Amino acid sequence: MRQVTHIFRKEFSAYFISPIAYIVISVFLLVTGWFFFATFFLFNQANLRTFYALLPVVFAFVIPAITMRLISEELNVGSDEILLTMPVTVLDVVLGKFFAGVALIVVMMIPTLAYPLTVSLMGQLDWGPVVGGYLGGVFLGAAFCAVGLFASALTRNQIIAFIIGLAICFTLTLIDKMLYFLPRSLLGVFAYLGADFHFQNIAKGIIDSRDILYFVSVCFVGLYGAYLALQQKH
Amino acid sequence: MIHVENLTKYYHTLCAVDQINLDIQKGEILGLLGPNGAGKTTTLRMLTGYLKPSSGSIFVKGLSIDKHVLEIKRVLGYLPESAPLYHDMLVFDYLNYVAAIREIPGNHKLARIRRLADLCGINEVMHQPIGELSKGYKQRVGLAHAMMNDPEVLVLDEPTSGLDPNQIAEIRKIIKEIGKEKPIILSTHILSEAEATCDRIMIINQGKIVADGSTENLKQSAGGRNIMNLSLQNADFKTVEKTFANINGIESVARVAETNNALNIRLSYQSTHDLRPDIYRKIRTKDWIILDFHQETQSLENIFRELTKES
Repeated sequence: MRQVTHIFRKEFSAYFISPIAYIVISVFLLVTGWFFFATFFLFNQANLRTFYALLPVVFAFVIPAITMRLISEELNVGSDEILLTMPVTVLDVVLGKFFAGVALIVVMMIPTLAYPLTVSLMGQLDWGPVVGGYLGGVFLGAAFCAVGLFASALTRNQIIAFIIGLAICFTLTLIDKMLYFLPRSLLGVFAYLGADFHFQNIAKGIIDSRDILYFVSVCFVGLYGAYLALQQKH
Repeated sequence: MIHVENLTKYYHTLCAVDQINLDIQKGEILGLLGPNGAGKTTTLRMLTGYLKPSSGSIFVKGLSIDKHVLEIKRVLGYLPESAPLYHDMLVFDYLNYVAAIREIPGNHKLARIRRLADLCGINEVMHQPIGELSKGYKQRVGLAHAMMNDPEVLVLDEPTSGLDPNQIAEIRKIIKEIGKEKPIILSTHILSEAEATCDRIMIINQGKIVADGSTENLKQSAGGRNIMNLSLQNADFKTVEKTFANINGIESVARVAETNNALNIRLSYQSTHDLRPDIYRKIRTKDWIILDFHQETQSLENIFRELTKES
């Protein structure tokens, strides 16, 4: 487990050595900030609902960009050979990189705390849904991060990794909006698969174990997929 | 130290390594020699736990690689071909990271990195990004990486490939330096390198070991022949041929070239006896001027070519 911390530390600082972190964070803040405040004064309501409505879609674009290099760059340069011939297991690598991605997502969300603070100055803000939303955001980010890590383990090409990650995250976000194409008997299953559905539940301020379980299982499936993909290369 | 039995690796249906057996003792520099695609890298990757063998077993210090991969990785140091390091990290940061993963205790870390920097001669590039280093420096950083845990066996895959002659000489010097203390396995397809650095040479072709032994033994077993190159002035080929053919053991006298009154010839004889004194004595009886007098032993190159020919 100590190896996980070393890999985490290295990967996390790598984000800030290269311009990736700064670019991704700026783009994220620009997009969410613009879309949130563009309609905020029209609705004239002191809540973060439009921010949270937007978050899964923005995450579906931004998080694969964060995770795309994590494994595919190693495969491309060949440094996985150096890494995996040191006393490190594939699991250590996957977990270390996963937590580094999650940590960057948390760092990326910290500046958005300015939104609820601003809003609370202007009206009566209900802090329950705000806390729920941030908690859900971390869970959602972690789930997408695991998916993106899986996509990154599939290929040595970062662009392909980004597109695969984006496709999966986007599908997970939108699947519960497409339900009217489906037969009634499958509705329940597909509604449960939607990441947005579970995120919006938490963002309402209701923390339900079913929603948490959903995100944890997406994380597990993604990480296990990444583990298998990396293991299989040997 | 390392014991390998019937090691086999298939990539899909392609057999890269075929039933290799080998033993490596303490204090040997072993050179794996072979043409490109012979299975050298695959063998090393299996030894270091990066690839899983399709069948066969590997034991390092009596530990089986199936059950004790981590312990084995702990005592090995490995430098893959062309040193694939993280390009945007600084050399110092990188070595620091490796030291952390190698579980070097915090208070020894700096001392260890300093020692390796001295040994590998990378003091002046410590604060440069690895991606900006020349190939030679990158290789040296790779060596420092491989030496970080003070490994009991050092495994180097083509440590000098792609380097210029000066860099090759420097890397070889470092390898020799390290080789005094610990066993090294290195792969190469450069014969002179194997000859210059290794105590023992193993030639691999198409996944099989086709020769194994010290350089001397290899030459002998291949039916080594010595070739004597002579360049004489003031001589004509007929008398020269007659004179040398008299010496017991000379198998052939051949004319190589004749340029402005210098005659170049080649004498060949079994490497079991040294005929140089006899040849010299014969020359002294004549009125010839010696311009060149050198012996070339049956080179490893010929042996290598013979053993790795496409059959």
